[in-house]
Amino acid sequence: MPRNTTVREPAVTKDGRSSGSGTTAAVGIKDVAVRFRTRNRDVTALTDVDLDVPMGQFVAIVGPSGCGKSTLLKLVAGLLKPSTGDVLLNGERVQGPRHDIGYVFQRAALLEWRSARRNILLQAEMRKMPAELGRRRADELIAMTGLSGFEDALPHELSGGMQQRVALCRALLHEPPVLLMDEPFGALDALTREQMNTELNRIWRETGTTVLLVTHSISEACYLADRVVVMSPRPGTITEIIDVGLPPERDYTETMGRPEFREATTHIRGLLGAVSAQD
Amino acid sequence: MSQSAIKAPPVQVAGVDRRNSPSAGERASRLLEQSWRPVALLLACFAAWWVIAAAELVEPYLVPSPGETFDVLTGKPDYIWQHTWVTTYETLLGFLIALVVGVFAAVVMVYSATVEKTLYPILLFAQVVPKIAIAPLFVVWLGFGIAPKILIAVLIAFFPVVISMVTGLKAVDPEMLQLSSTMGASPWQTFVKIRMPASLPHLFSGLKVAVTLAVTGAVVGEFVGANEGLGYVILQANGNLDTPMLFAGLLVMSLIGVVLFVLVEVTEKLLLPWHASRRETGVTTTY
Repeated sequence: MPRNTTVREPAVTKDGRSSGSGTTAAVGIKDVAVRFRTRNRDVTALTDVDLDVPMGQFVAIVGPSGCGKSTLLKLVAGLLKPSTGDVLLNGERVQGPRHDIGYVFQRAALLEWRSARRNILLQAEMRKMPAELGRRRADELIAMTGLSGFEDALPHELSGGMQQRVALCRALLHEPPVLLMDEPFGALDALTREQMNTELNRIWRETGTTVLLVTHSISEACYLADRVVVMSPRPGTITEIIDVGLPPERDYTETMGRPEFREATTHIRGLLGAVSAQD
Repeated sequence: MSQSAIKAPPVQVAGVDRRNSPSAGERASRLLEQSWRPVALLLACFAAWWVIAAAELVEPYLVPSPGETFDVLTGKPDYIWQHTWVTTYETLLGFLIALVVGVFAAVVMVYSATVEKTLYPILLFAQVVPKIAIAPLFVVWLGFGIAPKILIAVLIAFFPVVISMVTGLKAVDPEMLQLSSTMGASPWQTFVKIRMPASLPHLFSGLKVAVTLAVTGAVVGEFVGANEGLGYVILQANGNLDTPMLFAGLLVMSLIGVVLFVLVEVTEKLLLPWHASRRETGVTTTY
């Protein structure tokens, strides 16, 4: 586990802040702190977090376990309230669960009695979308994510990668302006993960949605994101925000070989305390 | 859509199993494979019974032969059938009432912490009180009719229903519930589309226990005071030292339990094919 990181130098922290000038921020996190009370002590999960994500940007959040990465996503979704500070989503203050987002968890969280297609359509049903529209969207997404032929399979008949595709389709069905992903590929094997990364890059480009991705994998973060937010362990705060500086369309192997990519990953690895041997 | 539609990974995925579902022959052979052992054991028991009776290892008036027992069943079909129907009726009614009330109580308890805190200790207390011991009281209160039998069946079957339903409703993936709230689902939608179906496998395991207990409840009610039903038949036979009739009554009673259990299981398979199929693959998979 990383320790003695170059934590807390606000001067560095804020550098990537107002990139994407001129566009409205899809997500704005203003001086947010989150404190939990556990049985015998107060835990500060997040402190002094400031982050603006312009519309359409892909931001990856990396950091050691327990640094509050997932908490950050839950704040944006309105599933959690900040103790202090404000969270803005699409220009509005977040005050309760928000419906203008798509959420993907590490576990696919599918309803096991529903086929892949009907799991995707859950989003449409809950939102009372016109049935025809929902079905058309689902078909598009099924084709886009390579689920064709597996629409009628039940979740337990699908591989982990396929299940996660279904979860992704469900999260995208209502064309949310912001997609929140909490270690979506963490449980997949390396090969499937690469494949999902390539697809996510393509889907992001095709849909133009803003993405916040929490991940443990530095290379995943750098391959996918415009900017990578590096967080420090408890109390979680932003150590640095790195501009990856790669074009949106990225070929997997080609990107891995690029100097910008290497530079970014090496730098982040350094920030995280280096030792993390697993990529 | 996209030109680069990535091909599905070559995994052992999907509907394949389900689509070419087993033929009738395969299904029969699988059933045979699964059931020959218990059937053989049952036959062995009958054989032992027959041997004991035929060799008069035990006095015949204590253990009648299988033949005598079946003679009773075939000899007095109307009598047996009449009382079997009464017991079955009491059992089913008691079970259904326990089901409805139990599910309702569970839902209310899961959605209201106050209700749960209030109800749970009382439920536990009601479960701890030996129902067989209160049976006479119910007869005093409700008379010799069908009511006290049903009440005892309800009381006995109620607890497993509530417990399993509460467990089921609480076992829902919290992330699923969070997702549901980001979808803007109403509490009712979340209940109907997520919580209720997710709790059904748990409920059914409770129902299987409950239905067999309901038989016991009905018979206990009949023991305490009745002029019909299999419990009454057994008491009568006991008084007359009519062991063949006693054995016949026991046999039929067990049969009611088995049939009702199977009915619950079949309902489960029909209602929750997804659960059954997953369990099947679980059984056949070797680790």
